[in-house]
Amino acid sequence: MSTLLLKNGRVFDPSRKLDKTADVLIDKTAGTVASIGKGIKAPKGAEVVDCKGLLVCPGFLDIHVHFREPGFTAKETIATGSAAAVHGGFSTVVTMPNTDPPLDNGASIAYQYLRGEEAGKARVFPMGCISKGRAGQELASLGLLSKAGAVAFTDDGAAVPSSFIMRMALEYAASLGKVIVEHCEDHDLSNGAIMHEGKVSAALGINGYPSAAEEIVIARDIRLAKLANARFHVSHISAKGSVALVREAKQKGVRVTAEVSPHHLLLTDECCRGFDPVYKMNPPLREASDVDACLEGLLDGSIDCLASDHAPHTTEEKSLEFTEAPNGIIGLETNIAVLLAKLVHTKKLPLKRFVEAWTSAPARVLDLPGGYLEEGGPGDVTVLDLDREWTVDSAKFLSKSRNCPFHGWKLRGVPVYTVVGGKLFEAIGKTMA
Amino acid sequence: MAWTRKHLLDLEELSAAEIVEILDTAASFKEVSGRSVKKVPALRGRVVVNLFFESSTRTSNSFALSAQRLSADTLSFTSSGSSVSKGETLIDTAKNIEAMGVDAFVIRHSAPGAPHLLARHTGCSVINAGDGCHEHPTQGLLDIFTIREHFKREKSEPEKALKGLTVSILGDIRHSRVARSNAHGLRKLGARVILAGPPTLVPAAIGQALGVEVSHDIDYVLKESDVFNCLRIQFERKAGRFFPGVREYAAIYGLNEERMKKAKPEAIIMHPGPINRGIEITPELADGTRSVILHQVENGMAVRMAVLYLCVGANN
Repeated sequence: MSTLLLKNGRVFDPSRKLDKTADVLIDKTAGTVASIGKGIKAPKGAEVVDCKGLLVCPGFLDIHVHFREPGFTAKETIATGSAAAVHGGFSTVVTMPNTDPPLDNGASIAYQYLRGEEAGKARVFPMGCISKGRAGQELASLGLLSKAGAVAFTDDGAAVPSSFIMRMALEYAASLGKVIVEHCEDHDLSNGAIMHEGKVSAALGINGYPSAAEEIVIARDIRLAKLANARFHVSHISAKGSVALVREAKQKGVRVTAEVSPHHLLLTDECCRGFDPVYKMNPPLREASDVDACLEGLLDGSIDCLASDHAPHTTEEKSLEFTEAPNGIIGLETNIAVLLAKLVHTKKLPLKRFVEAWTSAPARVLDLPGGYLEEGGPGDVTVLDLDREWTVDSAKFLSKSRNCPFHGWKLRGVPVYTVVGGKLFEAIGKTMA
Repeated sequence: MAWTRKHLLDLEELSAAEIVEILDTAASFKEVSGRSVKKVPALRGRVVVNLFFESSTRTSNSFALSAQRLSADTLSFTSSGSSVSKGETLIDTAKNIEAMGVDAFVIRHSAPGAPHLLARHTGCSVINAGDGCHEHPTQGLLDIFTIREHFKREKSEPEKALKGLTVSILGDIRHSRVARSNAHGLRKLGARVILAGPPTLVPAAIGQALGVEVSHDIDYVLKESDVFNCLRIQFERKAGRFFPGVREYAAIYGLNEERMKKAKPEAIIMHPGPINRGIEITPELADGTRSVILHQVENGMAVRMAVLYLCVGANN
């Protein structure tokens, strides 16, 4: 048996009420955890990593990433994206289907798995489209997509404009035991706007769109999910009113879940003064009260989990005028560290909730394997150094793109190792800090 | 004061003292335009390039003539459409022209922040000649120059230069870079500013963003104002979707002689042009005794000479 032994770390898994100094032995052949305990003797030939002073967590999952393959491989590929994932401390990622062509058929889903396995880094699970061609007109072959391994369905990048199609998708997906995931935006109301509507957009003369455009679609989908008795997940929630809608729906027993991205917990539309497209994304950066509401939602469980919405774009594209540059920022290699430094160390977010929101919570939202540390469970581990001080240098990212608003930030805390099925990868804390 | 800025990107970033510095410099240049030989050697050997990505007649000509009166060499580059549709990025276009040995760009562009982008990526002085719906600082300055001159406030301290005056800006404020620049500049010099028009074209957030009043009541505005700055509806920015129609607009918000009877006798009327006669203002008013519209155009020359002189001079 080929093994990996993580020695003397603080083994930390809130979902299993685990918080103790111990060793974790992983069977590399089976890809599973062989044992967790004190003083495990290294088997012959074992790869041993000293984790003294480090936090040993279940492998982190990022359930919202764009790897741009096929179609936009100048921005990212499954190989570079999954390398960035393990470099950033993520053992599992879920890719979005807004590729070209979009992932709306079984073969395209099989291709994602194939490329993910070839890359041999993070586990790559694709979502399939809700509608054919992501056009919002007709249902995609949800059954065949599901059979091919699509873990959920979304037309991410856009909402499904038709309430009828959305209802059909929810009913159909429910029978498959799968979740419908929505980018919630009323496109008629947002009307091509490129930032949050408020004081800043008014001052800059930029066409903004109000939080109501997000809230309207969330409210619609909550009602449809209730009608269909289906599971509905809100992608990248960003507005105060949206959090309230999800909270209320959960209290009423609707099967709704939600994710929030680190940038919506840390940045506001004030960043857009100066017209730098590195602050342009959709949903847009909103106001301080929205940031506060998102954090509150994450703390009280209204928002289930964290997810990056890792959205790579080339430097050329992000050097265009603010109005012309594409939406999105990358997050895989900064997700963990920015939140550790700005929310966990500042006592705004308990470490327990932080780890849970990257592990057991996202696994539960999409029924993914992993997210916990247990004998016989997946040998996926994320090892953090909570106190290491370092400075983000996007030039050293493994992602193909550099559109990161956190470049140059001085942070405390960093991932140092990522283990995927027993395979050990050095994370950014080893290569950069 | 010593002028240190090499760019003029917006009026939001300028102090009252800096605005007054430009106005005072403009006052001294105004005299040049009245000479038979309308030229001074201030920018001899310097190169000023007009980069116009949106159509313009008065602003581009005013800048070109201003640069020539300062003895600068000028070059004009006109293009329509975004960099994406052209296939070359704005930065590439600008860097290519910069490589020809250029000192300043005067840029007009449909994208808010395009001048700021140029300023980040080139070594030239960048003068904003209008960026989308964001700002049009030289228009703001020439409007303020005209008001300051008309009300004889040249000797006042910067922060109090326009104190006691109420300036109303009427019309399509939402889409107006002129309104934004005027509001910032006027407020800094102590004027009271009212943005007025239909609620969909004058959203409350703009008043909050710029720190000025908003009103949707034309009778109130008529009573209060010393200056009416009328703006046209920017149909090219799809403003037509924001209100019921031109006839209704003219009837409810347009300035006409009957309505102006309620205004203060000494109140003046301004317009940055182009005028849609019969919509925001009647021809009789535009050409009438209260109108200072052609003074604005004349003062625009002096203000642009001042801006070029100060910014290009600071870029050594």
